[in-house]
Amino acid sequence: MKILAVCGMGLGSALVLRMQAEKALKELGLTADLEVADIGTARALAPKADLILTSNELAEQLGSVKPKVVTISNFIDLREMVDKLKAALE
Amino acid sequence: MADATPSAGPRLSDLLAADAITIGAEAPDWRAAVRAAGDRLVQGGATRAAYTDEMIAAVEELGPYMVIAPGIALAHSRPSPAVLRAGISIVTLRQPVAFGHPQNDPVRLVVGLAALDEEAHVTALSTLAEFLADPARLEALIAAETPDQVRHMVARFEEEQAAAATEGIPT
Repeated sequence: MKILAVCGMGLGSALVLRMQAEKALKELGLTADLEVADIGTARALAPKADLILTSNELAEQLGSVKPKVVTISNFIDLREMVDKLKAALE
Repeated sequence: MADATPSAGPRLSDLLAADAITIGAEAPDWRAAVRAAGDRLVQGGATRAAYTDEMIAAVEELGPYMVIAPGIALAHSRPSPAVLRAGISIVTLRQPVAFGHPQNDPVRLVVGLAALDEEAHVTALSTLAEFLADPARLEALIAAETPDQVRHMVARFEEEQAAAATEGIPT
């Protein structure tokens, strides 16, 4: 499974998303290939990803992509990440 | 997945220069709040002034998604010639400021981030995210009265993390 953490530039909030997703996956007993991308790169990488993690606003900018898009409101709240990943992956 | 283990790269306290903290900044709007964080990066020696304008332009271009959690903005732009070294700044605001984020406004804490590449700041950012994830720690940070208090809080948190890591928590 490949998960893309997407933010505007791929090195600030997306990095936080990736770190939180790593913790959440560990808690859920799952493994995945986690990659960080900026919004432009994300469109190119999307066809090869199974899941995209990003904010509500950037999800709108991203538009229609193949993988399921999970939007995170509070990037540092591990519970939100765990709950949303769990729901998306079940 | 080993990238985020808190052992590689500079720590938060390494990137948070003594001059890179402002307590109770007066900022009438989000631009002023981001500018305050940018000014602190300049003061801390991480960036030239042009990077501050790049951070503001990034919000204009991409929207207020950088408000990553209730009350917290992570202001940054891309690596650029205006970035001299990786750095982090912390600015607490005297009055909360709206960034236009539907869930996480208003902002009370602006973190400025300057990066040279996509990975060198990962340990520091990881520590910061864990620090801020605890509401009590966030409140204590926002209530800090001096930059030294902030630096002490960060240093103590890093010591606690290091101690926890050596107590056999599997990595």
